[in-house]
Amino acid sequence: MNLLELTRLEVAYGGIKAVRGINLKVPEGELVCLIGTNGAGKTTTLKAIAGLLPVAADAIRYEGAPIGGARSFELVRRGLALVPEGRGVFGQLTVAENLAMGAYVRSDAAAVSSDLERVFSLFPRLAERRGQSAGTLSGGEQQMLAIGRALMSRPKLLLLDEPSMGLAPLMVQKIFETILAVAKDGVTILLVEQNARLALEVSSHGYVMETGLITLSGPARELLTDPKVRAAYLGEAD
Amino acid sequence: MRAGLRQMNILSPARAKWLGVALIALTLIGLPFALSSVGTAWVRIANLAILFTFLALGLNIVVGFAGLLDLGYIAFYAVGAYAYALLASPHFDLHLPFWVILPIGALVACLFGVLLGAPTLKLRGDYLAIVTLGFGEIVRIFLNNLSQPVNITNGPQGISRIDPFSFGSFSFSQNETIVGLAFSGPIKYYYILLALLLLAIVVNLRLQHSRIGRAWEAIREDEVAARAMGIDTTRIKLLAFAMGASFGGIAGGMFAAIQSFISPESFVLVESIMVLSMVVLGGMGNVWGVVLGAVLLSFVPELLRYTVEPLQQSLFGRSIIEPEVIRMLLFGMALVLMMLYRPAGLLPSAVRKRELTKPQGREA
Repeated sequence: MNLLELTRLEVAYGGIKAVRGINLKVPEGELVCLIGTNGAGKTTTLKAIAGLLPVAADAIRYEGAPIGGARSFELVRRGLALVPEGRGVFGQLTVAENLAMGAYVRSDAAAVSSDLERVFSLFPRLAERRGQSAGTLSGGEQQMLAIGRALMSRPKLLLLDEPSMGLAPLMVQKIFETILAVAKDGVTILLVEQNARLALEVSSHGYVMETGLITLSGPARELLTDPKVRAAYLGEAD
Repeated sequence: MRAGLRQMNILSPARAKWLGVALIALTLIGLPFALSSVGTAWVRIANLAILFTFLALGLNIVVGFAGLLDLGYIAFYAVGAYAYALLASPHFDLHLPFWVILPIGALVACLFGVLLGAPTLKLRGDYLAIVTLGFGEIVRIFLNNLSQPVNITNGPQGISRIDPFSFGSFSFSQNETIVGLAFSGPIKYYYILLALLLLAIVVNLRLQHSRIGRAWEAIREDEVAARAMGIDTTRIKLLAFAMGASFGGIAGGMFAAIQSFISPESFVLVESIMVLSMVVLGGMGNVWGVVLGAVLLSFVPELLRYTVEPLQQSLFGRSIIEPEVIRMLLFGMALVLMMLYRPAGLLPSAVRKRELTKPQGREA
């Protein structure tokens, strides 16, 4: 079953169409990636899914129901969590306060505190720094916090926007390991990335986006060996 | 010796805290009598100080908690004051009891808060400040001009002979002797104001640590991320405006009753700035800081008023600089010094302290 399905999704800023009718499926329990260069429309697509941009209702189906244009705070309640581009942690709040904010829509205190322990076991670094304000964390730690915070809402679908952005290679490796761990826990993930190789390596299925259109899609393994992808995104000549 | 030590242990931190609370309570209860022995004017000043503290707490919800800069806050004070004046004065010959009007005033001010909040939801910082400033002026200008064609506000003449608070025959404006103590009108008002202020402080403290308080904090930090957390930012921001405005409305009603006369002149821009200064000076977002800021800015100028003139007389034999001028000068200097040395306020909130002292974002 598809947890998320985009059908001819179009998103426009003013008169300019950033996304020009794309189809995309994220089956339940899988990790799907959307790769492409800067300005291809990847972030716009994620924002539209998360309810941050107005789109036609039918273009986005989540658990079978049309959610296009639904309000973001309602989508969070329905298990859809976005880790925004550039992380968007609350810099002045402590790590613990940030994580508590992630559970804002939940009222089951006991389950929240057990989820907090889970996040801390996933990111031991966050546990060490729970009393520290988020703005003083390193970029990688902030990314961990942003993912941990999104997990605190107990999402069914996690939308990750460029988790590798601006991070040192070692930290990128670490972040991707945790993304895999989260996926193994049963959370469905839609990953938007510029780092095509890493994204395809962890995903089951991949989509390539160019100037607002999906130009290629298929099992991630096949895309990794596709000559066009290799030339354009993996920096390898034939 | 042992016993002696144990005796000293009686003052444990918890006990010391309660002792402190008891001392403050006793001081607050005895204060009006001490002040009235100096002069009844000082009791009135204390009452106004409480009113302004109440106002500052209301503005703290909007500015301190939700981070929405409001330069027209006094408009809600005006709305509350006029609501009271119109419903309890000979102007329309209406004389409703105060416990009916105060909630009405709060409600009307709350509506005005939403009226201001709804169109400005997308604005932040400087832009919001300009719109709120305009809003404050619009309300004042309306009050000035709503005397024609139908006389509603009585224009610049204002409304006079406003009813004082009263329960049946017990009026808050008369002098009375209860169990041997002389209670003047202002002293009676002092106690009811103090009770309302305590209530306001409790509400503020509870709000800060509530779910709503956390949502405000999130919005102040990063609105998009706040929405991604599942916070209905529209509703939560409107709530801040509405609650802040309600505080202003109640304070306005009390002001009208105490002064028994109001006119648009009491609700000028400088008043908005004064209340904002109290919040900033004390420490945005910290309830006790705001209380301290409001009390200081209410009392110190009055103290100066009574000391500057005699001081100049005794030093130079005549008054060289008008007290009013010196007040503004010292006031401005105090604010500049504050911004330089304690930008987060006298008693900063934990979050603001971090914001202004710790280095930001270290990269991996």
